[in-house]
Order: sequence, then C-alpha cells, then structure tokens
Amino acid sequence: MDRLSFRHATRRPHPGTRAEAIAGVVASGNLEILLERVLAPDLCTVEIETPVTGYGDVWEAVVADFVARAQPGGLRISINDGGARPDTVSLRLLQGARLMEEAP
Amino acid sequence: MSAPGALSWYEAGARQRIAVLLDQSSFAEILGPAERRMSPHLPLFGLPRAFDDGIVVGRGRLDGRPVLVAAQEGRFMGGAFGEVHGAKLVGLLRLGLTERPAALLILFDTGGVRLQEANAGETAIAEAMRAIADLRAAGVPVIGLVGGRAGAYGGGGLVAGTCSGLAVSEAGRISVSGPEVIETNRGAEEFDARDRALVWRTMGGKHRYLIGGADAFAEDTPESFRKAALGLIDAAAPFDLATLEAEQARLERRLDRFGETLDGRDVWARLGVNDPEGIPAATDDAFRASAEGCRESARDAR
Repeated sequence: MDRLSFRHATRRPHPGTRAEAIAGVVASGNLEILLERVLAPDLCTVEIETPVTGYGDVWEAVVADFVARAQPGGLRISINDGGARPDTVSLRLLQGARLMEEAP
Repeated sequence: MSAPGALSWYEAGARQRIAVLLDQSSFAEILGPAERRMSPHLPLFGLPRAFDDGIVVGRGRLDGRPVLVAAQEGRFMGGAFGEVHGAKLVGLLRLGLTERPAALLILFDTGGVRLQEANAGETAIAEAMRAIADLRAAGVPVIGLVGGRAGAYGGGGLVAGTCSGLAVSEAGRISVSGPEVIETNRGAEEFDARDRALVWRTMGGKHRYLIGGADAFAEDTPESFRKAALGLIDAAAPFDLATLEAEQARLERRLDRFGETLDGRDVWARLGVNDPEGIPAATDDAFRASAEGCRESARDAR
C-alpha cells in the first residue's frame, strides 16, 4: 500500500456550504473520494491510500492540476483508490468538488 | 416497463438506491464515511478499504413511516460481509429492537462473506439472522430487496431467507452457493457456471418468485421496489409457531413437488405456467400475468 499526502495553498475558499460529500466507489479501476469542509479557507489537503505502488509522481501531478483548476480552499480530501487511471481520478476529483457546491 | 431515463436499480449504487427509495431527503446515516470506520483486515492483504466498508446504514421515512435501512454496495468487494460491514448491519438490526420502526429494510447486493475476514463475516451472518428473528418476534417486519448486480449469495442468501418478505427483480439472484462455487465443487456437468441462462433459471428473480422464494416481483426501478416494499410491510405474517410450521410444511411440499426436476423449466411446467419456455424472455408484465394463480406463495408461511 502507498500512502500519499499533499498539501496545497489555494487562492480562494471553495464555493458552497455543504460540509461533506462522497463520490465514486472503491472498485477495480475506480476510486472513492471523501470531501470535508474542515480546513482553513486557503488550504487544501489530499490524502491517498492506493494498493498500486510507485505512482507518487503521477498522483502529485494530477492533484496539483486539480487544485489549480478547482481552487478547493478549505477542503480535506481523502481518497481510497482501487487502481484508477489518472483521467478517472481527475474526473472524480472534479465531480467531488462540484458536489460540495450543491445544496446540503 | 420503466420510463426511458429512469434510474435502474441494478445499475445504481447503495447511496443512490437509498436516496430514491426513501422519502425525499429523509435519510440520516449512522456511521457515515467521515467516521472512517474501515476494515482493520484489508490492509494486511494489500487491499484498499472503503470509508463505509461497503454498507450504508441509517434512519429514514418510507411513505411517511419511520424505517431503518441498510444498503450494501455491490461494487466494493462484491458487497461482501467483512467485520465492520457485518457489525453495521447487526447493530442496525439491534437498534430496531429499541426504536421499533415500521420496518427495517435491507437492500441486498452481496456475494456473501468476505474471504479475507471470513471468521468475522460468518459470525456476523449468524448474528444478523438471530437479530432478524428477534426483530420479527417483536413485530417489526424485516424486508429484503434484491435487484443488484451481486445478487444475494452465500451468507447474504441466508440472511435474505430469514427476512419477513423479499422483493426481487428479474436481474436479482438469490442463492447460497454461487454458480462458480457449485461448478468448482461438483463439476461443469452438474452446473455450468458460464451458462448464464441456466444460472437465471436456477437462481434468478423470476424463478425465485415462481417457487415462492421471493414474495414480490419488482421492475428494475426505484418506484417498483418502493411499492413492493410497502406492500410487503403490510403483508408481513406474525412470527409465531403457526407461521413457522406453515413454512416448514410449504418447504416439504416444494420438495415433494419439484425434488425430481432437473431444470427451472421443468419446475415451471409442473407449477402449471402457461408457456414455460417463454418465461425467461417475457416482459415484466407478461411474466407477472403468467405467474398469477400458479406460483407458489409463502404468504401464510414466511
């Protein structure tokens, strides 16, 4: 198992008031993402647990790209990965960020 | 037939099913994903965990009535019973004894016990069956809904068999040993697991409904499962000696009637179904019409 952790500063807080959301499911080629609005509004953390080892660089790039696009300030994001491809991870992260903008 | 664009129960996930089955926004989860009550065993095997361990439990309302509900996520490890997964179901069932809801609903989607934590899973199956018996004895109906991709297999099939009533869709399957398990143990001559039509003739929703293994036949939609669940809550028989004796007699009669048959089609012919060969391809409505009047019923038994 690889356990990865990333910490990013953001320019703005993530829109919406929803406190928590979950997207996806842990299955082959898929992943689940738990988002919690618990951090300072200019901070975002992403913690990842994955059985696929050795792809830390790819995760780092995907997460950095997501944070740059979504500016998810205040969100603690936790991922249980089931071996998802980077494009699936990107889409799931954006889906999760979108869910946090919806009404609670 | 379901309307185009309507949500498929088969395709939906556990959380989606709860959201569309219960009254809108009435669900309150117990031990939600943020509590991170995950499997302590899976990391030892280098396997990923799920925040909810593949089961969603909580309180909600069905047509205004308070219910407790559990939904298995069939896509996470085949919806299998691990230690936490099982404990969440057993805990919910025991909560039913103190809260006395109008019903407790179990949305099955499971291959059975999770092999990586099998002892804990098997224990949970036994505890769940005991808890269901206690709950039924206290007058709370326990209703099972089966229409997910994993079906209700292994210990999940046993737990389903303990419920007050079961609703199944065509895609739903209910059994204990799965097709591959039978083939592995008894050979492909006994049961060819790759023959999907055979699998459905033996364990599928239509067959289970025809022989009284399920009490309601639902279409693959949330509305249909909701309607079936409400009907089964109202139809639940008292859980007493008379009911159990009637069920025992029904099962003995079933064995007498069908014990010699080798295929689902032979069972359906003996039941007096009009066109046994046409059953697998029949639409939900046509199937229900064929089943009417000749299917075995557990109405006064289970």
